[in-house]
Amino acid sequence: MEKGKGVMGAGRRWAVDFSDNSTAPSSRDIPDPPGFTRASVDQDDSAVSRQKKDAEANWKSQKAWEVAQAPFKNLLMMGFMMWMAGSTVHLFSIGITFSALWQPISALQGVGKVFEPYKDNKVDLLGPKLLFIALNLGGLALGLNTLGLLPTHASDWVSSLSPAQEVEYSGGGIPL
Amino acid sequence: MAIRSFLILFILFFFSSLNPILSLYEDQVGLVDWHQQYLGKVKQAVFHTHKTGRKRVVVSTEENVVASLDLRQGEIFWRHVLGSNDVIDGIDIALGKCHYPFIRRKYFESMESSRWADGVGIFSSGSKALKIITNLKIEKDNIVIIFSNGRLNAVSCIDGEVLWEKDFEGESLKVQQVIQPPGSNLIYVVGFVSSSLFEMYQINALNGELLKHESAAFSGGFLGEVSPVFSETVVALDSTGLILLTISFQNGKISFHQTPISNLVKDSFGPAKIITSSVTGIFAIKMNAVTIVIRVKDESKLEVVEKTNHETSISDALSISEGQQAFALVQHASHEIHLRVKLAHNWDDNLLKESVKMDQHRGLVHKVYINNYIRTDKSYGFRALIVMEDHSLLLLQQGEIVWSREDGLASIIDVTTSELPVERDGVSVAKVEHNLFEWLKGHMLKLKGTLMLASPQDVAAIQSMRLKNSEKSKMTRDHNGFRKLLIVLTRAGKLFALHTGDGHIVWSYLLQSLQKSKVCQHPIGLNLYKWQVPHHHAMDENPSVLVIGKCGPSSDAPGALSFVDTYTGKELSSLSLVHSVAQVIPLPYTDSTEQCLHLLIDADKHAHLYPKTPEAISTFEREFSNIYWYSVEDDNGIIKGHALRGKCTGEVADEVCFDTRELWSIVFPSESEKIIAIVTRKLNEVVHTQAKVIADQEVMYKYISRNLLFVATVALKGSVEIGSVTPEESWLVAYLIDTVTGRILHRVTHHGSQGPVHAVFSENWVVYHYFNLKAHRYEMSVIEIYDQSRADNKDVWKLVLGKHNLTSPISLYSRPDVITKSQSYFFTHSVKAIAVTSTTKGITSKQLLIGTIGDQVLALDKRFLDPRRTVNPTQAEKEEGIIPLTDSLPIIPQSYVTHALRVEGLRGIITVPAKLESTTLVFAHGVDLFFTQLAPSRTYDSLTDDFNYALLLITIVALLAAIFVTWTLSERKELQENWR
Repeated sequence: MEKGKGVMGAGRRWAVDFSDNSTAPSSRDIPDPPGFTRASVDQDDSAVSRQKKDAEANWKSQKAWEVAQAPFKNLLMMGFMMWMAGSTVHLFSIGITFSALWQPISALQGVGKVFEPYKDNKVDLLGPKLLFIALNLGGLALGLNTLGLLPTHASDWVSSLSPAQEVEYSGGGIPL
Repeated sequence: MAIRSFLILFILFFFSSLNPILSLYEDQVGLVDWHQQYLGKVKQAVFHTHKTGRKRVVVSTEENVVASLDLRQGEIFWRHVLGSNDVIDGIDIALGKCHYPFIRRKYFESMESSRWADGVGIFSSGSKALKIITNLKIEKDNIVIIFSNGRLNAVSCIDGEVLWEKDFEGESLKVQQVIQPPGSNLIYVVGFVSSSLFEMYQINALNGELLKHESAAFSGGFLGEVSPVFSETVVALDSTGLILLTISFQNGKISFHQTPISNLVKDSFGPAKIITSSVTGIFAIKMNAVTIVIRVKDESKLEVVEKTNHETSISDALSISEGQQAFALVQHASHEIHLRVKLAHNWDDNLLKESVKMDQHRGLVHKVYINNYIRTDKSYGFRALIVMEDHSLLLLQQGEIVWSREDGLASIIDVTTSELPVERDGVSVAKVEHNLFEWLKGHMLKLKGTLMLASPQDVAAIQSMRLKNSEKSKMTRDHNGFRKLLIVLTRAGKLFALHTGDGHIVWSYLLQSLQKSKVCQHPIGLNLYKWQVPHHHAMDENPSVLVIGKCGPSSDAPGALSFVDTYTGKELSSLSLVHSVAQVIPLPYTDSTEQCLHLLIDADKHAHLYPKTPEAISTFEREFSNIYWYSVEDDNGIIKGHALRGKCTGEVADEVCFDTRELWSIVFPSESEKIIAIVTRKLNEVVHTQAKVIADQEVMYKYISRNLLFVATVALKGSVEIGSVTPEESWLVAYLIDTVTGRILHRVTHHGSQGPVHAVFSENWVVYHYFNLKAHRYEMSVIEIYDQSRADNKDVWKLVLGKHNLTSPISLYSRPDVITKSQSYFFTHSVKAIAVTSTTKGITSKQLLIGTIGDQVLALDKRFLDPRRTVNPTQAEKEEGIIPLTDSLPIIPQSYVTHALRVEGLRGIITVPAKLESTTLVFAHGVDLFFTQLAPSRTYDSLTDDFNYALLLITIVALLAAIFVTWTLSERKELQENWR
């Protein structure tokens, strides 16, 4: 520690700041090392890195789409398992139903985390995210449907309809 | 449906451990229910004599109850309620051997089945002229001589054997009096043959031998009753009611002596009426409002001893010592009653003179019975049992009311409910707020009980705390709507307001419009209706009820209306109507002060609208063409439908009088069908939904109409008692009739069945109970009616977007397309009444409340009476809650809502919704009253009363503490880890 401090402190002769993108020579008095031209480096580097970056972005968005589509397989599998499990009240079917509900919910909770590795300002993640969310919602709907919580039947819409009013009114009975 | 399957999945685990039966734990009895025992109007009272050493009085009442009351508190010592056919005509206590223990606690109803009860024989017969003579002795056996049904019987006290009998029926003799001269073995039977012949029979009481038979004619004829004045002299009135006849039959010689009433009193008041009394030498006559007490000096000399305008009652004679008779005279003066006890032969002196302040709401004194006791200074004291106009029973002693019983409540005609006032400053009557310490103490006790740490004393304290919870008898509205006023109208024409919390009488009011008056000789109370139900903008008004009565039993007797404030119990106004009241139709409209519009139909089929305000008329005229009414003439077997036509024409022209015209009529063939029961839906019933979701999420639309009438008819032969017809000649037909159009929507015949039919109509179903002659069992049938024309509404998108006409108003003239589903089940009990639970929103499932023949109320889940029950329900049907089909309905002992109690003489069951959706209030009345709360689907929307808040609080605090402690511990541990 002591040693490093000494080097860093007073004994520094020169330094190149690679992050300095200015075309002008280093601000210090010391000239650039021979063979070091700022402009060409910039030129060269940008071409290569752009290519690289494009490839990476492509790869990222591809990956993101893949990840987004992943729940679809899950959905199919879940559907198959539910079909296998049947609709009877059974430990197995209850377990399946719960997992069918839980998986999409937990996946939805972690949407940000799932797509974090593919975060890039050049990659548009909205599409994959939406697909991911939609597929998971589909999975959730499948789970809810097995529980019968989706209002897909006429009975779900009429079960609280109050009786129609009658226009006529009549009363009477056996004379008192 | 979807929700339900979801529930099934989750809640099945919870419900698997629960039983669907609703029952009480022993310590829950009396928490929400109360039971009151009554007797009815006392007809006759007999005091136990000194010899028996018991301070009791035996009474018989108009509700056919015989009871023994404790004289100190007026509590019922024992009570027998006889059937409605066993009318009690007289009771008496037989002395001597009749008191032996082996004949105690039994009673006998007729001569043929002689049984004995505690020395009290009960003879029921149709005859009014009943007389019981006791105190006769043959050898060691006491005999009792009974006159009933035109027959004189002598019955042995030991075994109830009939020793001899003498029949007067065949001799066309109308027996007026049976007289036994004290100390002799003779019996005189006097009476009239036709209207002018007086007959006297002298009979030996020991063997029934006829000793003498004399008769004499009196040209003037006789009127009404005779009053015995001496052992061989009676007093009667001639047919004009202006001349008093003294008839003596000494030594078998009949002689008449006439005394015109005008000789006795200067001014005449019209025809007189004899008030019979058994006091020697004294009788009374009544002319209009004037009562005259007359003393008979010797055979012929009459002397007026008192003339009064006050209502007077005279008791029977009470022999206090050898040859001395005492009797009581009660006179009514505005706020007081004057009681005088005199000796029979000494009018001028009073043995006792007392004035007792009397509540005006008890009316006049109807009857008085006296009893003597020996004071500590060996002098005679008297106590008087008086029966008031409102049927209440009071014991007077030493100028004070010792106790009183509101026995008018045994004969309730109609019941309605009223809300209590909203709690505001100064409104609260009962004080319930106790301090925090007491609250905590109570909850600590409860906690101890929950944790099973309570000692027996603590348990008792907890129980009494629960029962005495002053919260339930508070006089203000509660959040759950459990506290209400039950307004009941009794046969005596008195209104009572009972608190649903503990059944105490909040106020009572003797209706002036239902009291005897010059214009109205025989007033009858008919019905009670809610007149004003304030809510929303009329919150400051007090609610009121409408009492409808009429003068006399005939159909064209003028009606009487009374409006009574239900908070104060004061009569707001009363109306004597010029028209009669044949029907009362409460209309579903109110005016701006929340007064309900009522349509009264008179015997001439004119409709009269009340209230008579211009606002009410304008409201009514707006709905004029949509109002119909129907009349059921059960004697002729005709049901007629009517519509309103216009203002009355002719002499009865009135702003609020409307003419009606007949629209349709249904005539039942008189030789094969007789109407025995009609039922409609309750007016205030709320139906939650028109759809019924069945298995597989299919929808059936209920046919819900307020204008449906259920009619049951039986074959003429089947309208008699069960057992007298063969199954082939008896049938029962059930109809569902639309009362607006007269359309018969459904008709079903039950062959081999007969009445009586009890039915209940609710939502889209009707359940009825009858007897199946073929199976020799009672049956209950259910008819559910569904609207097929709505069944096509199946498109989910239309329903989602609301593009359907399911809730738009419908006219009954549109062609209905209905289907019915029905099913019959055997039922063990015969039934006195059926009702159905009702809740505020109509969401909670229904229970039938069946008043059984044992005077209990049984709750039966409507699911048992589902027409869709099948032997093997599918999985989906099971999920829907369909019970596998059985041939009979189960009677689960725990589902008696009256638990161990009996509502003697049960006549009606009323259900009222509480504000809490799960709960319904049930009031059953007969001779007894019973009230309870029911939750047909358990109290799913509230915590129970005995929920332990303290335990909850402590648990939360403990959990918080635990969290805090573990958190600090874990913090510390983490720190230590880091330091390592």
